[in-house]
Amino acid sequence: MRPDDLLHPTPEGLYCPVGDFHIDPSRPVRRALITHGHADHARAGHGAVWATPETLEIMAIRYGEGFAAERRSDAKGEIGGVRVSFHPAGHVLGSAQIAVEAGGLRIVAAGDYKRAFDPTCAAFEPVPCDVFITEATFGLPVFRHPDPMAEIGRLLASLRDFPERAHLVGVYALGKAQRLIALLRAAGWERPVYIHGALRKLCDYYVCRGIDLGPLEDATAEKGAAARYAGEVVLAPPSAFGATWARRFPDPLFAFASGWMQVRARARQRGAELGLVISDHCDWAGLTETIREIDPGEVWITHGREEALMRWCEIEGRAARPLHLVGYEDEPE
Amino acid sequence: MRAFAALMDRLAFTPGRKEKLRAIRLHLDRTPDPCRGWALAALTGGLELRTVTPALLRRLAAERTDEALFALSYDYVGDLAETVSLIWPGEGDGAEPPRLSDVVEKLRRAGRAEAPALVSGLLDRLAPPERYALVKLATGGLRVGVSARLAKQAAAEWGGVEAAEIEELWHGLAPPYPELFAWLTGGEKPAAAGRAPFRPVMLATPFEARDREAAEPADFAAEWKWDGVRVQAVSDRGERRLYTRTGEDISPAFPDLVAAMAFEGALDGELLVRAEGDVGAFNDLQQRLNRKTAPKALMARLPAVLRAYDILRAGAEDLRPCGYAERRERLGAFVAALDPERFDLSPEIPFESWEALDTLRSAPPHPAIEGVMLKRLESPYLAGRPKGPWFKWKREPHLIDAVLMYAQRGHGKRSSFYSDYTFGVWDGETLAPVGKAYFGFTDEELKKIDRFVRANTVERFGPVRSVRAEPDFGLVLEVAFEGLAASSRHRSGVAMRFPRIARLRWDKPPREADRLETLKAMIETAGPRT
Repeated sequence: MRPDDLLHPTPEGLYCPVGDFHIDPSRPVRRALITHGHADHARAGHGAVWATPETLEIMAIRYGEGFAAERRSDAKGEIGGVRVSFHPAGHVLGSAQIAVEAGGLRIVAAGDYKRAFDPTCAAFEPVPCDVFITEATFGLPVFRHPDPMAEIGRLLASLRDFPERAHLVGVYALGKAQRLIALLRAAGWERPVYIHGALRKLCDYYVCRGIDLGPLEDATAEKGAAARYAGEVVLAPPSAFGATWARRFPDPLFAFASGWMQVRARARQRGAELGLVISDHCDWAGLTETIREIDPGEVWITHGREEALMRWCEIEGRAARPLHLVGYEDEPE
Repeated sequence: MRAFAALMDRLAFTPGRKEKLRAIRLHLDRTPDPCRGWALAALTGGLELRTVTPALLRRLAAERTDEALFALSYDYVGDLAETVSLIWPGEGDGAEPPRLSDVVEKLRRAGRAEAPALVSGLLDRLAPPERYALVKLATGGLRVGVSARLAKQAAAEWGGVEAAEIEELWHGLAPPYPELFAWLTGGEKPAAAGRAPFRPVMLATPFEARDREAAEPADFAAEWKWDGVRVQAVSDRGERRLYTRTGEDISPAFPDLVAAMAFEGALDGELLVRAEGDVGAFNDLQQRLNRKTAPKALMARLPAVLRAYDILRAGAEDLRPCGYAERRERLGAFVAALDPERFDLSPEIPFESWEALDTLRSAPPHPAIEGVMLKRLESPYLAGRPKGPWFKWKREPHLIDAVLMYAQRGHGKRSSFYSDYTFGVWDGETLAPVGKAYFGFTDEELKKIDRFVRANTVERFGPVRSVRAEPDFGLVLEVAFEGLAASSRHRSGVAMRFPRIARLRWDKPPREADRLETLKAMIETAGPRT
């Protein structure tokens, strides 16, 4: 069997004709295998969804219990003669790589993944395979994410230097918010962390899955409460920064936690006064070292900066091709 | 070096002026001499090291990386220093980075032959944030979103003195400014401040309709606004300097004018060149700008002259506190004694009403005039841009309708947008490209044009796309520009000065856009301004 016969790109996303299923489809399909709960990978309206238990629960939190007609959450199984298994991807809670295997050929679709320290989810597990499908969100050699604890150190230094300012940190609601809180706790920050309402449900879900986030309080706005946010950490989705919601804080300092903060022009574009380079994706070294470690027969590259990773594979003498899948956010985080 | 790199980071990300001032003050406070002096030199542009050129830096990086990966990265990041600092292999040696003063000393001493090895060695030693600061220093182009004025303001606030006091001393000081820091930390004010200091310039604000209603014509003098370079000519006990309005010393490029500065005093005026007996166009002047020296033939062909607007000092007398009318009288007498080949007085325009002046403004007698200046008769000469005493009333820009032909992806934060546009006008049945513009539109409009470009691409050439531009389908851009000149370097035969997008004419079919004949006819009236 050729790899293309097992899995190939279609307008809806990656499709397995043998098992008649899609991986992370961008439109409703009959059967979908989902790598993780981010909205551009996990959409509502599929007939049947197969994912990790956490991803299914996260989808239910986001879309309601009726997000799909049928659910399945085994770590291993079979569809139409194709063996399917889920392996931790280290991206967010519940994130998985999906391995599909038939006719002696194994393809691993890694979804989004990272190798850096994250106390909120299971670490990436390398799976030997013939074809490794990698993301390339940060697929340029200029992306080198620093130690996340050092970035937390920069946030703490700013809190010490500007104790009169509320530190608003823009974070993605699923994964980044909880990871940032866990990293703050690991760095010894014991004060309550204030969270925007849009983060509450997922934070509570992480806590009920046994991830300790310490005291969390709602960043509410009763009269005269402004002063209590001075020198505190407030987390919110970046969209809230432009809303009147942000006006309740005294002299707010806008920070963002994202891999894009590495590039100055990007950080300025977002209006970040403090850019924390904390990413739930691999940086360049993470991507290239992972490919070397897994050493697949062929590398398929999807969403992100495919050209540079293609070039790297060429230099390394690795067979590679870009998938040009559509529907994933060009710039998540 | 680490503290300096952190300062650069903070300055790059902090939008507020107040916070930038604070960041610099804190740095001066926490950093010992002479490092803080070098930092101030770097921020004020007083440290133009140019140890390595951007081209050499690119080559050094290319030796350590793959050329194609470097190009892709640079295209994405949009800044050479940042690209090099991030793509350079390794994480540094982990040791305490060298002090800023040590790095600066080394970079200053390095000859052309040692420079590449020195810079490579430092890049190997340093971690990415410090590498960025190093590269910015070594290439001489710091540009961290701080003006020299702001940096001096911060130093003044930190030392508890007036910014104007530092400005006036500035040209007598050399980095790392030991006398300045001695004074700012409680010592003596440096007395021998050097001769021929720069004095902060007085600037005008635009003359808006509401200003017109509030202002009485009888309170103002009017003169033409010439399209040259605003300068300050200072001659002080044998020391002669020609400064731009930001205080940059450009004397070496204009020895002909400097030689004629046989006076004691300080004049404010417009630097122009003569071309064939008349006042030259701005692009004639441009040939003499940004040079370290001036070739004789060039000086003979395009001699530099000064058209005097104002006088700040006559002999030892400071005239800035006097009213404009009084200064103008002194200026007339002062200029009369100078070489008339090099110095003349900017003529005043008599006028009765704003309407009458508006008529004159719309049809100025010389193409090198870009509008009129209004100066309140009683106004003293004040540093900065005070609102009210001086106004500038510019001529309206020229407008044409052109058709979008090519779009190129921008750099940096615009790297995912097609933001640089080449536009053309009709030359017979085909479009002739006549200019390029990359601003004048809002972010919202940029998104719309970007969508149009992506949806109507005909061909791709690297980062450039040609777009559909047909008589009945295409995007018409209303382009504003300041001047037009005949040009042999452009295929269309015309060159525009300062073009920008004035409006998007989604409503207009391309066949109704302007024709090349119209533009060529404008060269007569829009004149040799370009």
